[in-house]
Amino acid sequence: MVNLIIDGKNVTAKEDTMLLEATRAAGINIPTLCAHESVSRSGSCRLCVVEIKKGNRTRIVTSCLYSVEEGLIVDTKSERVQNVRRLVMELLLARCPESDVLQKLAKEIGVDIQPRFVADQDKGKCILCRSCVRVCEEVVGVSAIGMSARGSHKTVGPPYNENSDVCIGCGACAYVCPTGHIEMLTTGDKRKVWGRTFKMKTCDTCGRYFAPVDQLKYISKKTGVPLKELAICMDCR
Amino acid sequence: MIKINDAKALRQIQNQIKESYDPQKKLVTICAGTGCRGYDCIRVKEALEAEISKQNINVEIRATGCFGFCEKGPLIVVHPQKIFYQQVKEKDVADIVTKTVMQGEVIEKLLYRDPVSSETVMKEEDVPFYKKQKRLVFGSNGIIDPTLIESYLAIGGYSALAKALSEMSPEGIIDEIKKASLRGRGGGGFLAGNKWEGCRKAHGSPKYIIANGDEGDPGAYMDRSLMEGNPHSIIEGMIIGAYAIGANEGYIYVRNEYPLAVLHLTMAISSARESGLLGKNILNSNFNFDVSINKGGGAFVCGESSALFASIEGRAGEPRAKYIHAVEKGLWDKPTVLNNVETWANVPLIINQGADWYGSIGTEKSKGTKIFSLVGKINNTGLIEVPMGITLREIVYDMGGGIPKGRKFKAVQTGGPSGGCIPESLLDLQVDFDKLYEVGSMMGSGGMIVMDDRSCMVDVAKYFLAFLQEESCGKCVPCREGVRRMREILEDICAGKGKEGDIDLLEKMSQAIADGSLCALGGSAPNPVLSTIKYFREEYDAHIKNHRCPAGVCKALITYSIDPEKCTGCGLCIKVCPTQATSGEKKKAHTINNDLCTRCGACIESCKFDAINVE
Repeated sequence: MVNLIIDGKNVTAKEDTMLLEATRAAGINIPTLCAHESVSRSGSCRLCVVEIKKGNRTRIVTSCLYSVEEGLIVDTKSERVQNVRRLVMELLLARCPESDVLQKLAKEIGVDIQPRFVADQDKGKCILCRSCVRVCEEVVGVSAIGMSARGSHKTVGPPYNENSDVCIGCGACAYVCPTGHIEMLTTGDKRKVWGRTFKMKTCDTCGRYFAPVDQLKYISKKTGVPLKELAICMDCR
Repeated sequence: MIKINDAKALRQIQNQIKESYDPQKKLVTICAGTGCRGYDCIRVKEALEAEISKQNINVEIRATGCFGFCEKGPLIVVHPQKIFYQQVKEKDVADIVTKTVMQGEVIEKLLYRDPVSSETVMKEEDVPFYKKQKRLVFGSNGIIDPTLIESYLAIGGYSALAKALSEMSPEGIIDEIKKASLRGRGGGGFLAGNKWEGCRKAHGSPKYIIANGDEGDPGAYMDRSLMEGNPHSIIEGMIIGAYAIGANEGYIYVRNEYPLAVLHLTMAISSARESGLLGKNILNSNFNFDVSINKGGGAFVCGESSALFASIEGRAGEPRAKYIHAVEKGLWDKPTVLNNVETWANVPLIINQGADWYGSIGTEKSKGTKIFSLVGKINNTGLIEVPMGITLREIVYDMGGGIPKGRKFKAVQTGGPSGGCIPESLLDLQVDFDKLYEVGSMMGSGGMIVMDDRSCMVDVAKYFLAFLQEESCGKCVPCREGVRRMREILEDICAGKGKEGDIDLLEKMSQAIADGSLCALGGSAPNPVLSTIKYFREEYDAHIKNHRCPAGVCKALITYSIDPEKCTGCGLCIKVCPTQATSGEKKKAHTINNDLCTRCGACIESCKFDAINVE
């Protein structure tokens, strides 16, 4: 176990615990957007930064990627931290003015719109946190979507923004998206996501549409479970 | 190809090659670096070869790497007298061969002429541009043929490797590098010896050695010239480093936009391999090491260590948080030493001549020399290698020859896009890692962009932010979004739409971006803005409060007019104006219609009487 001080509180945490988890376990909230329990950490949203002190040196680190250390003094609300968090929030509000999630979070941490930034109209609600890309690669294992271009031109989507051949329509990307940018529409026997329409399969027991055919085929191929055995929805199993 | 089996054989071969070179044999070296190739030096070289064969004489024409004095290319030196000719054209070749090569006669008009004294200078080392330089790393560029390993061996190449492998322990080498206080030439200025030691002690295998040749600063090309002109010096440094840390595999990361560097490195690696200087049991030491080239796609961010590793690993060049050092977990999460190509090229010097000698050059905490690329509003554009501690004034005026057209020096931007602008009041600053940092700039990889009084500092800051916005990988929010917003504010200021409070906002954003960014690109991105606000705040104020651009650059804030006293009515400005904004009768003072004028500057360039006023 490791002993450290977070916001003046003595905290004990297991080795290799990230500061984010140790802080939250101590009942102190740190806002995040890109840290999702299902995927590896990217440290891209920068909301979770904290200021650490080791000896006489202080520095800003990403709490979702920095593990606890014996004797570390952590300040989650220092002026420098709040300055970073405020700017990040202002920048995201200007990028995604439509996002209710961002507006709510901004309110919670006391940040207003920065009037000097002209709000973008073309970015939707995407903050480029890459949770969707990671879940597709790490959990689903198909890598149907990825990041393209660089810097402020960066976007997320299937290669060349064409219909992806490997997408199985599972919707994991939409599930992990923190702002609801990824639209997935399921109506009757059809599901639409990333511009592609998937055929849904009915449950052999209850007759309800429950999963895209492509997804079941993919699971069958990957696990070796016959397709027939997969044709029953979670409720009927 | 020669095979070199051990240290003794290396000495023998070096001597054989040296002896085979007749010092009285006529030799003409010609700079064939990328800069001079832009001046068509290859045609000059071919013309020289054709003339030699036409006259049927025994003269060696040797295409070498960059000489450094790019302003005056194509450059040649006629040996053994070392007569230095500049701006040589194909039509000069016959004369050069007949008069200078064969009869030792100097052709005055091809010599460098000092613009101040109007006197000609015969030898390269006497040209003011070269006089104060200390060309330890870069000096061999002008003498060796980078495509031939023999040429490097002839100047004692690979002696340091032989010494390291046969007389020194890995720990001994690290101690020597530490004692020399060699600091990384790529930007950060970390002590190379400490890195090496950390990597040697790190657990994990294999270990890797990487040379960072992903030079990307606007206007900087010293690493390119070193890779093109003296690739073996980099490879030799890397082999020594690999032996010291216990690595058997290395990479040279070089951008694909440097085709000549890639070619010469490839040739150097393959000839070193054939000679037994790379590969198994190098010089019979039981030490194995090999290098491969990894071509980068030209993303600036790939010069950042973790992005560079990602790129070599085959992923997009995006940095990651570096809470564990690369010496412990670098390439493929294995212990890795990454040093800039210039750092590697310093290593053989230190091993050959010792840390005490090396430590005698430079300042207390910055030892040795540094290659700078001197560009911008400067008379002598080129690459200079100077001892650390030389003043900016010496660089700008003694080597750089001052500002063109007698204009006034305003600032020098050092350290690339993440560096800062240093004003005239600090011209006597001694250039080293720490002094540059203290004044809000940095050494970076050694770019120096000189600006005159016609450079608008807000515009300069805007230019660098635009560069960084384009080159940001886009992974983290402060850099991707913040730099873009700062640039938008600067654009507003340049367009006369700046708002009260913009300077404060820029400063506040700068702090947050520096603190909050994931990597050093974002961390240092605000520097151009912070340093220009620090030293040229009144220029920001003039833009925001008075809607004036004092340097006459920001188009929305300036008007052109013609001084009727100076205008002779020659009509040249009417001819060059693309929008027909200038008009007037012959031999009568002309006028400019500011509604039509786009402030392109064509009339200013064309006017011989300095009659166009910008306000």
